[in-house]
This record gives sequence, C-alpha cells and structure tokens, in this order.
Amino acid sequence: MSWKFWIALLALALVHIVILAAGFIAPYDPIQQNRDFPFAPPMRLHFIDAQGNFHLRPFVYALEYHPEASAAVPYEEDRAQVLPLRFFVRTTAVFGESSPGGSLRLFGVDTPHRIFLLGTDDYGRDQFSRLLYGGQVSLFAGLLAAALSLGLGVLLGSVSGYYASWLDQLMMRGSEIFMALPWIYLLFAVRAFLPLHLGARQSFFLVVGVIGLTGWARPSRLVRGVVLSAKHRDYVLAAKGFGASDFHILRRHVLPETFSVVLTQAALLIPQYILAEVTFSFLGLGVSEPEPSWGNMLANMQKYYVLQSYWWMFAPGLALIPVFLFYYILSENFQRSAPSQQR
Amino acid sequence: MIYYLARRTAHTLFVLLGVSILTFALIKLAPGDYFAEMRMNPQISPDTVASLRHSYGLDQSLPVTYLRWVRSILHGDLGFSFAYNSPVWPLLKVRAANTLFLTLTSLFCSWLLAIPIGIWAATQWGRWGEKACRAGTTLLLAVPDVLICLGLLAFALRTGWFPTGGMHSLGFDQMGLLVQFKDVVLHLALPVLALTAGLLPTLVRHVQSAVGEVLDSPYIQAARGHGIPRRRLLFHHALPAAANPLISLFGVSLGTLLSGSLLIEVIMSWPGLGPLLLEAILERDLYVVVATVLFSTVFLVAGNLLADVLLHWADPRIRVE
Repeated sequence: MSWKFWIALLALALVHIVILAAGFIAPYDPIQQNRDFPFAPPMRLHFIDAQGNFHLRPFVYALEYHPEASAAVPYEEDRAQVLPLRFFVRTTAVFGESSPGGSLRLFGVDTPHRIFLLGTDDYGRDQFSRLLYGGQVSLFAGLLAAALSLGLGVLLGSVSGYYASWLDQLMMRGSEIFMALPWIYLLFAVRAFLPLHLGARQSFFLVVGVIGLTGWARPSRLVRGVVLSAKHRDYVLAAKGFGASDFHILRRHVLPETFSVVLTQAALLIPQYILAEVTFSFLGLGVSEPEPSWGNMLANMQKYYVLQSYWWMFAPGLALIPVFLFYYILSENFQRSAPSQQR
Repeated sequence: MIYYLARRTAHTLFVLLGVSILTFALIKLAPGDYFAEMRMNPQISPDTVASLRHSYGLDQSLPVTYLRWVRSILHGDLGFSFAYNSPVWPLLKVRAANTLFLTLTSLFCSWLLAIPIGIWAATQWGRWGEKACRAGTTLLLAVPDVLICLGLLAFALRTGWFPTGGMHSLGFDQMGLLVQFKDVVLHLALPVLALTAGLLPTLVRHVQSAVGEVLDSPYIQAARGHGIPRRRLLFHHALPAAANPLISLFGVSLGTLLSGSLLIEVIMSWPGLGPLLLEAILERDLYVVVATVLFSTVFLVAGNLLADVLLHWADPRIRVE
C-alpha cells in the first residue's frame, strides 16, 4: 500500500469522526432558525483588528443586515462590534432543539450574536452546522447501504456459487435483470412504490434499504465467481474429505478468499451510494426538510436566485469532492493490490 | 451469425420480460395509487372513485393487470396516463426522442474527446503527461454530476451566454432553420457538457489502459524494432488490437449516460425521460413509470446488443468460437 492510501484512509477516518461529533463541533442545532439573518454570507475569522493589533483569539465582526439595500447580499461587517470566539460554550436551550438542557459546543460567540462560518440559508439556519449534521445522513446512508449490498452479495454469491443448483440459475438470471436496468432508473422505480411522505428517520432507512437492496447484483456475481474458483481448491476438497460441514468450509476456507473483492467493491460502492442518497434527497424523494442532508441542502440551488447570488450554498456539494477523492484513492489501491481480480 | 443474433435477441426479450414483471410487481405492491388522493376529496364520492378505478382496471389483482398490460403492449398500446389524461405512447415518444438526442450527442462528444486523450496519455507512459492525465481524471471522477450541473447553470446565469434550461426558446416555431439550429445547439451545450464531464474520465482511463497494454505487448516491441514509424505503429497496429475492450465499453457507457442524464435533465429542465419519470413517481402514474423504466432498459439493452454485434464484426477471433 502506498503512502497515498494511508493518507486517504486517515483523512476519511478524520472526516467521519468530525461528522459523527457534529453534536459537539457544530455551533448550533441544524434546524434552529434565525429569521433575522436569511442568506447571511460566511463570516471571516479575523486575527488582526481595525487598529492593526494582533489577537491570538480569533474574532468575527457582527453582521449588519440592510434589507432595503438592493445588493444581492445585503450584509455588512459591523467593525464596531467585535465578537471573540469562545471555546467550549454551553448553548442555551432553544425551542425545538433535540437536547432540552442546552449542550456543550466546541465554539461559539456571546449570545445574542451568532457565528455563521459558512453563511446561512433562507431560514437563517447555520450552514456549517447543517453541513456537519447533513453529513451524518449522507455519508452514513452510503456506508449502511453498501454494507447491506455487500452483505447480501456475500450471502447470495457464496450460496449460489457453492451449491450451484437451481438457486444459482435463479440468482444469475435475476442479477441479469437487475443489471440490465440503468441503475438510477432502477432506484427510482423501486422508490416509486414506497410511500413518499415520511419522517426523517423512516425516510433515511427507506433510502438506505432501497439503495442497498437494489445493488445486490454485481457484488453477488463477483463473490460467486471467487467462490466458484475457491471451492475446487485442494485444501477445500481435503477439508470435505475430513468430513467438515459446508458451513465450516464456507466460513474458514472459501469466504476469506472473497475478502479482497468485497473490500474493492466497498470502496467503489460507498461513494456511489452516497451520491444516490444525495440524488434522492436533491429531488425530494429522500430525507426531507427540515432535517439536513447534503442532497436536500443542495436542492436550494434549484432556485435560480440562490444559484446566482449565494455561492456558499454550494458547500455540501464541494464537501463531496474530497470524500469521493479519498474513496477513489482507496479503491485504486485495492484494485492494484489484487491484480488478478476482474473489474 | 444469425444463430448468435437470435440467441442474443431471445436473451434481450427475457430481460425485458423480467424487468416489466419486476416494475409492475413493485408498483402494484405500493400502498395507494393515483386515485387514493381523490378519496380524500369530499367533492368526489367514493362511488366515483371506485368506478374510475374499475374503468382503469386498478381494482384487479396483480397477475390480471399484468397480463392485460402485456396483451395491450402486444397491440402496441403502452397504457394510459392518469395525470396527463392521455395515452402513454405519444407522451413517451417525444420525451424518449429528446433523451436519446441528448445522450447520443454526449456519447459522441465524450468518445471524440476520450480517444485522442487516452491514446496520447498511453504514449506518455511514465512521463508528466500521463501523471497529469491521471490526476485530472481522478479529480473529475470525484466531482459529482450535481455539482458540475449546478456550476454550469450558475455560470450560464452569471454570463447570460447560455440559456438556463429547456430545449427551445420561446417562439421557436417562427424562427428560420439556421436560427433554430443555433437555438438547439445553445440549449444542448450545457447538458451535453455536464454529461460528457461525467463520462469522460472513465472513458479516458479505459482507452489509456487498453492502448497502453497493447503498446507493451511483444509484437509492438518487435514492430518498433523493425523501425516502423511511430504514427503507423500507433494507428495501424496498436489501435485495432486495442479496440475490443473499447467496443464493449461502448455499450456500458450508454447505460452510464442514461443514468447520469436523468438527474441532469431534471436540473437543466431538459424535456426528456428524467423529468417525466420523476413527475410520474410523485403522481403515482403507474403506466408512465413502467413504460419509462422499460424504455430506458430497451435503450441500454440495445446499446449492449449493438456493442456485441460490433465486436462480432470487428474481431475474427470471436466469430470462430
């Protein structure tokens, strides 16, 4: 494995830890609205104040809202109001927040002022907080769906490869049908028959289920191929001669051979599935407002005035790029380390 | 050849049958149908809803509806759209033509770009050109379609150089032929660019690895040793040998494009199958969903079939088997 692999793995772990710790790192609750600050631009962290003095503690200037101004972004930094960044602050309880007693956050500014590192959306919700909480939905939807797909793939692939009966025929023909459909169309067809209006949690698991269950075909076929070649190995025949049970042979001798295929597939499938969740939520078929997901956050961009004036709304889309990049580096390294394996 | 074609066609029909049963079963299992919303409306009596459902055959069981649908398909009737209150075929015809127009243009553009770039990168093996190509394709692979699309739209909005959606401008019918052509090209530019950007990195990589593999092979080394000029070596000896994996990739790339075009059509409001399918799902318009999905499958399967036939034609080794 090259150094690129380890860097990518480390970076991915870091991203996931940050996203998991959203409840601590994000300064606000993702659904907390600030109606006084619609589409506020990202605040800049300053170290040097207007007099040219250096401060070790970074600070931001309060935003002043001029709704009567004709500019697309009617905000100005108020140089008179310096808001130093406070660390380990306890937020006051806000109506509708998930933790009623207020919670400990990594950073914040003195109330009633607010800090918007990545600006706000049309309800004045902090984009930075929404990005982190939305990542929990989008990234973990991809992970869970890939786990589901691969689990199903290993199960079906090993059974059909090992027993090679009518079940095998059924699996192969079924997978042909699933692979003949253009993937997104398949996803949408499956989504079409499920209820549309659901709570955030239900729709999350629904999307995970749909994506994971429709993706079983390719991993199954790959695993089946490996199992087919593995079951004629001498040591498998020997184990059989010693009277080992099928389950034991599969678990000890056959399935370990599929490990590298599964790993490569995982690195390929996870970004694909993250994108599927984003697509679903973007089109309003996935996780719905007010719960954030990178897809439904990007959906704001479907309004032309948002697209034209508020560039910070691109943030969830831009966040996808490094994540995908790291996964691609992983998958490339897996593929290179297993050269015999077919794509 | 005829035997081969017949076998392939039979397989295609089997796949289509399976796909239709699958979609039908899925949608029939759905809680609620198009008329379920009507039941909420106090102005429509339950009797009316029941008789409507009866007249559309929605009260029948799954096998019955499916068999009736198959029978009508064999008569060339794809069913009836509840939401549009019209038969599905005329609706689908226009949309499918638009999608096909978009995807085929993108297919053409991306292959046109991918082949020279890939060949060039393959000849640059180990030099900076190959590294730049690798970095570029990796980066392009990592940028999601949604983002490319939104970026292009934002660009169009800022500059005003391109229309921001649709396929025609207002008053398209009154334009002259040349103006019409220019109008369509302008509307086509952004979706094609987005689709091409999505497909290009995969294609370039495959072309590069296919050509690179051939360039490494002993007979090319021998030919090089005989002093055959580089250009002739590349285009006369290497390319035909590298064509096989690329031809099979051609069929696959059509599928990728179809999947990619769904989202891009919706964002760029291109009047293709994508927006039609999305609306049909939201409205629970059963026959439109089935027909759209089936149609997209036909595209894909036809693409694969075409690739196989091309392969059969291009490679004598396959014919012998």
